[in-house]
Amino acid sequence: MIRTEEMTISMGPQHPATHGVLRFIVKTDGEVLHEVKPDVGYLHRSMEKIAEKVGYISFQPYTDRIDYVCAMTCNHAYAMAVEKAAGISAPERAEYLRVIASELNRISSHLIMAGVMAMDIGAFTPFIHAIRERETVNDLFEMLCGARLTYNYVRIGGVSFDAPANFKEKCVEFLNHFEPIIDEFNRLISFNKIYVERLANVGVVSREDAIAYNLVGPNLRGSGVRFDVRKDIPYSIYPKIDFNVPVGIGEAGKVGDCYDRYMIRIREMKESCKIVRQALEQMPEGEIMAKVPRKIKPPVTEVYSRCESARGDMGFYLVSDGTDKPYRLKIRTGSFSAMSIVEKIAPGLMIADLVAFISSLDVVAPEVDR
Amino acid sequence: MIKEKFTFAEEVKPQAGGGWYLVPADKIVEVCKTLRDDYKFDCLSCLTGIDLVDYFEVVYHLFSYSEKKPLVLKVKLEKQSSTMPSVSAIWPSANWMEREVFDLLGIKFENHPDLRRIMLPEDWAGHPLQKSYKEPEEYCGMSTKR
Repeated sequence: MIRTEEMTISMGPQHPATHGVLRFIVKTDGEVLHEVKPDVGYLHRSMEKIAEKVGYISFQPYTDRIDYVCAMTCNHAYAMAVEKAAGISAPERAEYLRVIASELNRISSHLIMAGVMAMDIGAFTPFIHAIRERETVNDLFEMLCGARLTYNYVRIGGVSFDAPANFKEKCVEFLNHFEPIIDEFNRLISFNKIYVERLANVGVVSREDAIAYNLVGPNLRGSGVRFDVRKDIPYSIYPKIDFNVPVGIGEAGKVGDCYDRYMIRIREMKESCKIVRQALEQMPEGEIMAKVPRKIKPPVTEVYSRCESARGDMGFYLVSDGTDKPYRLKIRTGSFSAMSIVEKIAPGLMIADLVAFISSLDVVAPEVDR
Repeated sequence: MIKEKFTFAEEVKPQAGGGWYLVPADKIVEVCKTLRDDYKFDCLSCLTGIDLVDYFEVVYHLFSYSEKKPLVLKVKLEKQSSTMPSVSAIWPSANWMEREVFDLLGIKFENHPDLRRIMLPEDWAGHPLQKSYKEPEEYCGMSTKR
C-alpha cells in the first residue's frame, strides 16, 4: 500500500548554511516546507548574568563576543549605554574614531553577508572576493588597536588608542580601491541573472510583519520601512555627516524579498564609505579618552540606549543600583528577532530557499543566544 | 494622553532618565491593545524582566515607527504567583521575548502559544537571572565546576 507522510528533518546544529550553531526542526513534504521550528541556545553564554558579576569596565571585552562579525558596534552600543547612565561624555576625536571604526566594521560585516549569501546559494567565488577585501579592513583595525576580530577598541569614555599617523592615508587608499570593487562585485554576482532569480520573490516579508516581528536594521529597511537609528535617533557625530538610508523598493520582485535585503547591504557599503571619508576629513585633533573614574558607579537609574549595528538596532537596557556592577543588563539584538520570523515566513518555501532566506536575514548565532 | 485614557496607570518620573507607566498585571493586555490600535505603537522593541528580590518587574519598551517615539511600560509582579498575561497575540515579537523571560527569570505568561525554555536545555534546573540563583553542581552527571 502506498501512503504519504510528512518527513521531519533536523537541519543543524552543524550545518554549513546556518551561520553558526543553529538548528531547525523542519517538517517537509518532499522539497516543500510545512513547518520550521528554530531551536536556538547552543551558544548561550549567559552574558547578562556575567555582566551582573564582573562590573561595568570588565564587561567591555565580553561585548566583542556578542556579535563577533561586527564587534565595533557592540563595543560602541555598550559604551554608549554606560556613558548615558554615568553621565560621561567622550571627547570629540574619540567619537569620530568610533564612527570610523563602526562604519569600517559595517563594511566588513556586510562583505561577509554578501559573500556568504552567494556561497549558500551555490556560487563560491564571490565569497573569496569579499573575504579578500575584508582582509584590508582587518589590517586597518590592526593599525588601530592590534586586534583583527575582537577589538575591545571602543571603551567607556572614549577609545583605547589614537589612530597612528599613516592611518588616514591607508584608510583613504582602501576606500579608493574598494568603491570600484563594489561595482565589480555587482557585475560578478549581484546582477547575475541566475542569482537574481534565485532571490527575487523568495521569503517576502511585508512591511507590517517586519514591524510586528521587530525586525531591525537592513532587514526592516528591506521591507520598505525607512528607519535608521543613525538618522532617526541620532547619536555620536552622525548628525554632522551626510549619508543616505537605502530602503527596499522591490527592484527584482516584491518589496521585502531576499534580493531587496541583499541589495540594502550592498548599498549600505557605499554609504559607509561616504561616512568614513567625511569623518576622516572632519576629525579634529585632541584627547581620545575622557576622565573616567577607576570604578564606574552610575547613580540609581535606568537607561535604554540604541545603536545601529550591522544587524540593526542594538539595544542595551541598563539598570543601575549605584554600585560598580550593573543590577540588570539586557542586550536586545537584531538576530534574535530575525530568527523568530523564520517560523512565520518559511512554510511554503523550498528547502533550498530556506537557506537563502536565513542568509538574507544575516543571522549571527552568538548574537541570537548571547 | 495615556494618563487620561487609563486612570489606573501610574506615571513614574525618576530624577534622571526617562519615565515610565506602571500598569497592573491584569490590565496589561488591554493597555497594550489600545496603545497599538489607537496610539500607533506598532512595535514592541524590547520585553524583559528584572528580579528586584521582593518582586519581579516586567518592562515593555514600545516604539512607534510612524511617530518615531518610544514609550515604557512596567508591571510589578508578586513573586508568589509570578504569572501574568502574555502580549504575544498583540505583537508576535513578544513570543520569543516572553520565552526568554520565562527561561531566565521564571515568570510564567498565560495564554502564551508555546511557553518553553529557549536558551537553556529543557531539563535545566532554576532560572539564572534570579538573584537567588545558585549554579547547580552538575548537569546530567557532568560537573559544572572546573
